[in-house]
Amino acid sequence: MKDFGYTINKDRQINFDRTDKWIYEYLKKHEPSFKLCIGCGTCTATCSSGNFTDFNLRRLFTLIHRGYKLDMKDEITKCMLCGKCIMVCPRGVNTRNIILKINEVIENRKRKK
Amino acid sequence: MNFDPFVIPFLTGLSFLCAVLIFKYAKWFIKLSREHKFKLLKWIFSHKIILALKEIFLESLLHRKIFRRNFVLGYMHASIALGWLLLIIAGNLETKLHSSKFFNMPYDPVFLKFFVHERSGIPIAAFYTFVMDFLLLIILIGIGLAVFKRFRSMLFGLKRTTRLKSFDKIARYSIWLIFPLRFLAESFTSGQYNTGGFLTGTAGHFFAAVLPVDYLSYPVWWGYSIMLCMFFIALPFSRYMHIPTEVALIMLRNFGIKTNKIYDGITEFEVNSCPRCGICIDVCQLNEVQASDIQAVYFIQSSRENKKDERKAFNCLLCGRCENVCPVGIEVNAIRITKRKQLVFDNKNAFNFLTNGSTEKADVIYYAGCMTHLTPAVKSSMCRILDEANVNYLFLDKDGSVCCGRPLLMAGKIEAALSLVEKNKKKILESGAKTLVTSCPICYKIFREEYKLPIEALHHSQYILRLVREKKITLSNSQQCVVYHDPCELGRGCGIYDEPREILSRTSQLVPMKNEKNNSWCCGGSLGDFKLSAEQKSEITRDVLMEFMAYSPEIIATACPLCKKTFAKYGNAKIQDIAEIVLASILKEKVTEKKVEVLQ
Amino acid sequence: MSKNVIVIGGGIAGMESSAYLAAMGYNVTILEKEGKLGGHLLKWERLFPTKRHGKEVLEFLSQGISEHVSIIYHADIENIERKDQVFNVHLSKGTSLKADAVLIATGYETFDARKKEEYGYGIYDNVITSPDLEEIFLSGKGIRTASGKVPQRIGLVHCVGSRDEKAGNIYCSKVCCVTGVKQAIEIKEKLSQTEVYCFYMDMRMYGFHFEELYKEAQEKWGVYFIRGRLSESCENADGTIVVKVEDTLAGKPLKMTVDLLVLLVGFVPSEGTRKIGELLGLSFNSNRFIKSADEHTMSNVSSEPGIFMAGTCTSPRTIANTIMDARSAAATVASYLEGYNIEKRTIHRNLK
Repeated sequence: MKDFGYTINKDRQINFDRTDKWIYEYLKKHEPSFKLCIGCGTCTATCSSGNFTDFNLRRLFTLIHRGYKLDMKDEITKCMLCGKCIMVCPRGVNTRNIILKINEVIENRKRKK
Repeated sequence: MNFDPFVIPFLTGLSFLCAVLIFKYAKWFIKLSREHKFKLLKWIFSHKIILALKEIFLESLLHRKIFRRNFVLGYMHASIALGWLLLIIAGNLETKLHSSKFFNMPYDPVFLKFFVHERSGIPIAAFYTFVMDFLLLIILIGIGLAVFKRFRSMLFGLKRTTRLKSFDKIARYSIWLIFPLRFLAESFTSGQYNTGGFLTGTAGHFFAAVLPVDYLSYPVWWGYSIMLCMFFIALPFSRYMHIPTEVALIMLRNFGIKTNKIYDGITEFEVNSCPRCGICIDVCQLNEVQASDIQAVYFIQSSRENKKDERKAFNCLLCGRCENVCPVGIEVNAIRITKRKQLVFDNKNAFNFLTNGSTEKADVIYYAGCMTHLTPAVKSSMCRILDEANVNYLFLDKDGSVCCGRPLLMAGKIEAALSLVEKNKKKILESGAKTLVTSCPICYKIFREEYKLPIEALHHSQYILRLVREKKITLSNSQQCVVYHDPCELGRGCGIYDEPREILSRTSQLVPMKNEKNNSWCCGGSLGDFKLSAEQKSEITRDVLMEFMAYSPEIIATACPLCKKTFAKYGNAKIQDIAEIVLASILKEKVTEKKVEVLQ
Repeated sequence: MSKNVIVIGGGIAGMESSAYLAAMGYNVTILEKEGKLGGHLLKWERLFPTKRHGKEVLEFLSQGISEHVSIIYHADIENIERKDQVFNVHLSKGTSLKADAVLIATGYETFDARKKEEYGYGIYDNVITSPDLEEIFLSGKGIRTASGKVPQRIGLVHCVGSRDEKAGNIYCSKVCCVTGVKQAIEIKEKLSQTEVYCFYMDMRMYGFHFEELYKEAQEKWGVYFIRGRLSESCENADGTIVVKVEDTLAGKPLKMTVDLLVLLVGFVPSEGTRKIGELLGLSFNSNRFIKSADEHTMSNVSSEPGIFMAGTCTSPRTIANTIMDARSAAATVASYLEGYNIEKRTIHRNLK
C-alpha cells in the first residue's frame, strides 16, 4: 500500500497485516478461555483497580488480540487480582490467569533479551 | 571385636546416609532466615525441647494422627516405626550387656545373633530373646500390612495411593525385604545352634529339619546387610527421607519456625518431611474434575526436586483440605504460595496510584470486601443490622471496592499485597475505630494475619454474635431447616466454626452435615486457583450442592460472599448469608413484639 | 373413531396447535395448569414489533379453540404411562386420559433475576424486571419509583440471565433485545421527559421490523443506547440506583444514576417443561430445553415416539415463531397419527 510518500509521526492505525500477534497466540494456547471474550466490558465495569486508574481489562484484551504494542507491564501490575472480573464474566474467561500469563510473557521476553 | 565381611555393605550404607543427612541438614540450616536461626538457638535448650520430644514420640513413632484416621493404617506405621526403634534400642542394650562395654560397633546389635551363640553370659537372656523376637514379629506384621496395602489400599481408608518415583520403589522393596531377611537369617542361625526365642527358635527348628541351614544362613546374613545398605542409600532420595527429617521439623516447629512467604530452609525441612503417604490425595476436590498430578503430595515432590512447575503451583484451590488431613502437618498452602512467588512478577510500587483521601471518624468500621459488592443482599443486610443495633459505623468501601491484598498474597505477589495492606491499614486507623468488621472471610484472614492492627478485626459472624449476646439485637427462631457451609478461609483458614453455628441455631433449625467444619468442601469459586476452567469450577460446585441437597434444607447458609455467588449459579435452593438470615430474624422478632404490644 | 391427542400446556403454542389438530378432526384435550388459557400472553400488554395489543392475538388464538377441543384447567399431571401406542395420562385429581399422541407445549419461565444478585432485584426497591414493567403497563397505573415519584431517568439492562455463563445460561433468549426497545418506546410514550438508556452487549434485531423499531426508538423517541454490560448496581440513600458498566465504545468505565432500573430477563425452560420431560424420559439439551430429534428437520419431534413438542419448551421464540411452530407441530402430530414415519419418511397408512 502506498502512503503517498508522507511519513507518519506516530502510528495512528493498527496495521493488522503487520502487527505481531504472538502474545495473543501465546495466551490463546496457555489459557484457551482468552478466546471467549466478547468485549462486553463487565470486567472493566467491576474492576477494583479501574476505580482508581485507567486500567481497562477489556481494552487490554482487545489490543492484545490486534497485536497492538503497549506497555503491558505497567498495565497488569495495577491489577489487584481481587477476582471480581472472574465472578461477573458472562463467558467464563479466566481473567486472573491471563493476567499471570501476560506477566509470564513479559518476564520471558526480558530473559531472552 | 566381632567382624565379618558381610557387615561392610551395612556400614557403607549407614556412613553414606549419615554423610548425606549432615550435608543436607547443614545446607538447609544455612538457608534458614536470620530470624529463624535466632529462634532455633533461643529455644533449643529450653522447655520447648521437651514438648518437641513428646510430639516426636506421638507423631513420628506412634503416628497418632494416622491412627485417628484409620486404625489399620496407624497400626502399620506405628508397628514399623516404633517397633524398629525399640528393636534398635533393645539390640543395643543386649549388646552392651553381653560385651559389658559401653562402646560397640554400630553393626554389633544388628548382626548380634550371627556373632554370639553362647548367651549364658547375658543377664536375663531369655527375656531379651523374647523381647527381640516379639518386636521382630510386630514389625513383620507391619510389613505384611504394608505389602497388603500396596494391593488393597481401600482397606486402609485410601481410595487412591501415591504414584511413586524409582528411588521410592527401591527403598520400599528394600524395606519390605529387610525384616523378612533378618527373620530368616536369625532363624537359620538359631536352627544351626539350637538357640532363639519363640519366633526365631521355633522357625529355626523347623528350617533346620527341612533345609540345609548350615549352608543357607551365611548368604542370608549377606542379603540382610545388602538390603539395609540399599535402604540407607536410597533413603535420602526417597520418601523415607521423612523419617529423620520429620523429627527435625517437629523440633523446629515447636520453636515457632514456620514457612513464611519465602521458600527457604524451613520449607526444605517441610517438603522433605512429606512421607508421600497419599492421605492428601483423596480429599482433593480436583481429582474428579481435572488433574490428578497436582495434589499436595505431587506438588511437594516437585518442590523437593527444586522444580518450578507452574501448573502444580497455580492449580490449587488453596482450600486447605489436604493440610487438614496431613499427618505431618505440612503447611502446603504456605509452601504453594512461596512457590508461586518464585513464578510471578512482584512489584511493591504497583499501587502507588492509590492516593489517600480523608476518612470519617467512627467507632466501628464496616469493610464489605470486593466480593460483597457482588452480593448486595449481604452488605445491605449488614448495614440494616448495624443500624438496628445502633452502632456508630463507617462503611469504608461503600463507594467501591478496594482489595484487601489477600488475593495477591495467594498469587504469590507478596510485595504488592503488603503494599496494599499498608495503604488500607493507614485508612482503617485514620477513622479512629476500635473494631473492624468485614463480611468477607478472605479479607478477614489477611486482616488477622498481615495487617497487624492495633484494633480488633472481626468477621461479621463474630460481630453479630457479639451484638446478640450484648442484647443489642434480638433474634427470633424461624424453625427453618438450614445447613451451614463453612467457607474455606473462615473455617480452616481462621478456625471460625462455632460463631456462625451459634447464630444459626438461634435463628433456625441447624442441621449438621457429614462433611463440615474442618472437613467442609470448597464451593469451587476459590480465588486460590488460577487454572480451572469455568466448567470445571462448576462441576465442583454442583457436586457440593448435591451433597447439601441430600439434607433437604430450606436454606443453605454460608458466611462468604464468594461462596454465595458461586452457589447461586445453581441450585433451586435458597442460598443465604448469615447476615441475611439474621436480618430476617430481627425483623420477624420485631413483628412479634409489635403484635404482643397490640395485644397488651 | 378419531384419535386422541393430549396437549400439555394452554399457552400460545398449545392453543394454536390444538386449533389445527381439532380442525383436522382429532379429539384434542388441553391440560392447563392455570385456570385460564393464554399463558404468558396474558401478561404482555402490547407486543413487539408493532406494538399491537396482546389481547388481539389472544382473541385470535381463542377463536381456534372450538367445541372440538376440551380443556382441563388446574391440571396437575402425576404420571404418564405408555402401553404400546397408547398413552395413559394420570392427573392428581384421580382422572386418567388416554391419548394416541402427546404434544408438549409447556413453554418457558422468565429468568429469576434474584440469581443475578449484583443487579439488586429483590434487594433494591427501584430495580424491576421487564415482566414487572409489563404488569405496570397492563394495570394502567403510571410508571413510578418505589417512593411514588415520576422517574427522571430509567435504565434498561439487556441480557439478564441470557448469554451468561454465571447465570448458567449461555444461550440468547432472542426476544429481550426487541422487548427492551419496545418497552423503552412505551416508557417514552408515557413519560416523554424521562431519559431512557439501554445497556446492551449486542442489539440482536433479526426479526421482521425489529431494526425499524430500533431506529424508531432512536429517531422518534430519543432512547439512548450504551454498549456495555452491567456489572453491578448499588442503591443511594434516596433510593436511586447507581449502575456500573463500561461504555465499551468510549473505552471507559461509566457510572450512572437512574431512578428506575428494568432488567430484561431471559427465558428459562419452565418447571412444567422440566417435569413433563423427565416424566416422559425425554432428552434435554445442555441448556435444559427439550431436545429435538433433529434441530433442522425434526424440530417438533422428541426422542420418544408419539411425543412431540411445540413452542418455547424447545428453545426461546417470539410469538410469531411460536405460532408457526405450533402449526408445524400440529402437522407433525397429524402425519404421525396417519401412519407417516417421520424419521424414515415412509407411509404405513392405518386402516381407518
